[in-house]
Amino acid sequence: MILVLKTIMAITWKDILSEFRSRDTLSSMMIFCLIVVIIFNFMFEPGSTNVREMVPGILWIAITFAGILGLNRSFIYEVDHGSLLGLLLCPVDHYVIYLGKMIGNFIFMLIMEIILIPLLIIFFNLNIFSILLPLSLVVFLGTLGFAAVGTLLSAISVNTRAREILLPVLLFPVVIPILLAAVKSTTILINGGTLSDTISWIKILSGFDIVFLVLSSLLFEFVVED
Amino acid sequence: MIKINNITKSFGNFFALRGIDLQIHSGEFWIIVGPNGAGKTTLLKILSTLSKPTEGKIEIGRNISDQSGIELRSQIGFIGHQSFLYGNLSAEENLTFYARMYGLKNEKNIIHAKLTQVGLYDRRDDLVRNFSRGMQQRLTIARALLPDPKIILLDEPFSGLDQQGIDLFSSLLTSLITPERIILMTTHNLYLGWELATHYAILAKGKIVEKNSRGDMNFENFKILYRKRTGEGN
Repeated sequence: MILVLKTIMAITWKDILSEFRSRDTLSSMMIFCLIVVIIFNFMFEPGSTNVREMVPGILWIAITFAGILGLNRSFIYEVDHGSLLGLLLCPVDHYVIYLGKMIGNFIFMLIMEIILIPLLIIFFNLNIFSILLPLSLVVFLGTLGFAAVGTLLSAISVNTRAREILLPVLLFPVVIPILLAAVKSTTILINGGTLSDTISWIKILSGFDIVFLVLSSLLFEFVVED
Repeated sequence: MIKINNITKSFGNFFALRGIDLQIHSGEFWIIVGPNGAGKTTLLKILSTLSKPTEGKIEIGRNISDQSGIELRSQIGFIGHQSFLYGNLSAEENLTFYARMYGLKNEKNIIHAKLTQVGLYDRRDDLVRNFSRGMQQRLTIARALLPDPKIILLDEPFSGLDQQGIDLFSSLLTSLITPERIILMTTHNLYLGWELATHYAILAKGKIVEKNSRGDMNFENFKILYRKRTGEGN
């Protein structure tokens, strides 16, 4: 078990180190988030009362599309430079490779969100400090489910000619339950609700996270099989 | 020992390999030659557990390949025309990553020994993206040797190397030959590796059309045999 964990961490460490040297993925995700926040900011008059109703949608649009930018790149280097074969030749179960890549994608999305949420607070003049913890839980669970299924579908789409287009086409229908639960619970929290008001949505989020993680781990073997 | 029993691999109606039988013993260096599309890479992919045969089985030591892929992969070092290295990591970081994937203990000492063996110890902190193709291929050898594999599979390893790279790579290949190790190399260039080989197999259209110990055969006679068996020159 410890060996499996070490191997998973080795893959995640490799992806993070590689990304911090190139900054290819994170920079494009950040720029996309900034553009989304600025464009939506132009929609509202200063002090508009509609802001609180729109912010959950803006937050999850930014997370979803910036997340796809990151997921798209997740396997491109591995496939284009043949290093996916190198990973598959290692004496580890293939689900270990999936989990290592998934955790890497999840961390990149979390880093992007740590910058995105303060941007939303500043640009939309939000006072959400009292709900920061429950909001973080919702964002954490939503991102986990998104990264879980997105990593698997990224491994499928990377071997096709239209890989950048195929990933969102495959991903969006599958993650609808995750996005629905995440947007609904974010809306409740931003409009004055508490954690207990969102508990049913959080249960749905957690349930789908577990299902997506287990299924994706099991299916990855067949995705990378020759 | 590797025992390949009646391996067939098909993709739909296309047969990449048909009825391959081969027995390879420790200490032997086999070159598998054949024209493009003969099935050389497919055979190596099956041997390395990357691909499953449609029919037949492979026994490596006491293991049957599709029963315990993980155990088998720990005994195999694979060197292809792609390096499997990460350009944004240094030479040492690349080897550290693979050492962890193989669960090696005492990884630092092993990595430094392998880097010294391939002459890259002084460049261990340099990013791989700044390496020449020859240096990357030397680091690839270090990567493949990390777990001290009993079997080394080489898939067109000279591809993309200049003459200096080929000479250096050939001398490194010589150092890989030990009485306990099996080496299998595919190439479409008959000359490269011929001097090192103890055995040869000629593959054409998915079938082994000739296999034998090299014995006293010289290269010219081998070329004639190759042309006769495949209908091609080189």
